[in-house]
Amino acid sequence: MRVVVAQASQRGVWDWDFALEILPDIVRGLWQTVQATLLGITIGMILGLVLALLRRSGVRLISWPTAAVIEFIRGTPLLVQLFFIFFVLPSFGITIGAFASLVIGLGIHYAAYTSESYRAGIENVVRGQWEASVALNLPPATTWTRIILPQAIPTVIPALGNYLVAMFKDAPLGAGISAGGVLLVANSIRSQTLRGVEPYTVMGILFLVVSVPAALFVRYLERKYGYERT
Amino acid sequence: MATREPEITPAADVMVRMNQINLSFGENHVLRDLDLNVAPGEKVVIIGPSGSGKTTILRVIMTLNRPNSGTVEIDGRHLYHEKNNGQLVDAGEKHIRAVRTDVSMVFQHFNLFPHMTSIENTMLAPIKVLGLSKEEARERGANLLEMVGLGDKYNQYPGELSGGQKQRVAIARSLAMRPKVMLFDEVTSALDPELVGEVLAVLTDLAKEGTMTMMLVTHEMGFASEAADRVLMFDAGNVLEEGTPEKILRDPEHKRTQRFLKAVLSH
Repeated sequence: MRVVVAQASQRGVWDWDFALEILPDIVRGLWQTVQATLLGITIGMILGLVLALLRRSGVRLISWPTAAVIEFIRGTPLLVQLFFIFFVLPSFGITIGAFASLVIGLGIHYAAYTSESYRAGIENVVRGQWEASVALNLPPATTWTRIILPQAIPTVIPALGNYLVAMFKDAPLGAGISAGGVLLVANSIRSQTLRGVEPYTVMGILFLVVSVPAALFVRYLERKYGYERT
Repeated sequence: MATREPEITPAADVMVRMNQINLSFGENHVLRDLDLNVAPGEKVVIIGPSGSGKTTILRVIMTLNRPNSGTVEIDGRHLYHEKNNGQLVDAGEKHIRAVRTDVSMVFQHFNLFPHMTSIENTMLAPIKVLGLSKEEARERGANLLEMVGLGDKYNQYPGELSGGQKQRVAIARSLAMRPKVMLFDEVTSALDPELVGEVLAVLTDLAKEGTMTMMLVTHEMGFASEAADRVLMFDAGNVLEEGTPEKILRDPEHKRTQRFLKAVLSH
């Protein structure tokens, strides 16, 4: 009884001073997480488009392996992929820093998902647009860049926004390979101070502070691009 | 583009030559041993019941449907084949593109590019395919939009135009390529009845103007009798009968044609 009272009076379950003290470190960690997310989604959007185009290739030697790679990436956990990039690739002579591994891992993992969105967007472009391109004898590159993708990509933007928010929430997995970021900071505060309530709570609140506005932004994108101009 | 000297088959009086074309979609034999020649400048109207394969003829000439067998020549150049050591072999994409420059097509459902204005719709292909400068393409497009009566709609998007206006933009867009052969696939069928006239007026002007070869699939018999040099009655994958509009529309030989015309005219 005495012991419990002493602990409670010494430090409650929640210590405001401690929470404020660690806030700057956690914000710094979160900023790393945001950076990893922004870099990762950039890779994910570009690589996803490339994968979508390869998968649509008329050459089966290209489209089938691409489909297999996409299924493989979607079928394995992100954390395992990060471990593979950071711990396994060095055995093959490819050594990538922890933060870069996280960015690359996020990018590749989400590229597999965005590629499916792009594919749906491309297939939503009506056949008549392809036929008109033939009737005007447009070169394939022009057909893609001026006719098909400008109509496909706006319909994909809301999905890409959702992946951005999802990636932001996956990015803390970088802690598993010590890639910096907010979870790694919270972990190290806990191990140094033996207090977990404040770091993890502050982290959770900061996540909401970023991801709720981001989700609202995605809603806005959905309204803006969700319908088609015909 | 298309500077390489093409393989010439002597055929000065034939603009489109289809030779023994066969095309099936699965079990459905759409074109059967079709032979069809169209002279330069000729206006050919193709009529026939739906499913008779008449639209497929145009799609074969536009390379939208590849025939299972047979050859197509445009202005003396093979479309699907090229000569290799005197042998006809399947043509590469480059060859097909070179020959296809002579052909353009207008569709039932317009197929305008919805994210581009009228003038941009007309400018893209001349710039990308013919190598025109932006200014040249804009001038050409503007003249054509003027010609189809849309001089005040340069900067409208397709979504802001009526069906008849859309189709006239689509015609201008194809004309901007200055094709030798223009294909029109039921271009008034998707229009409200009161908008059909404005599109037919443009087509009639084009036909009367003369030099361009035109092939039209249509149910507009009034247009056919006014503007066509020849009417083809198509049924079951081949030409049932053909002749001048007067002959086919007033005095057809085949019962099938008579029945078809009766159905269309009473419609």
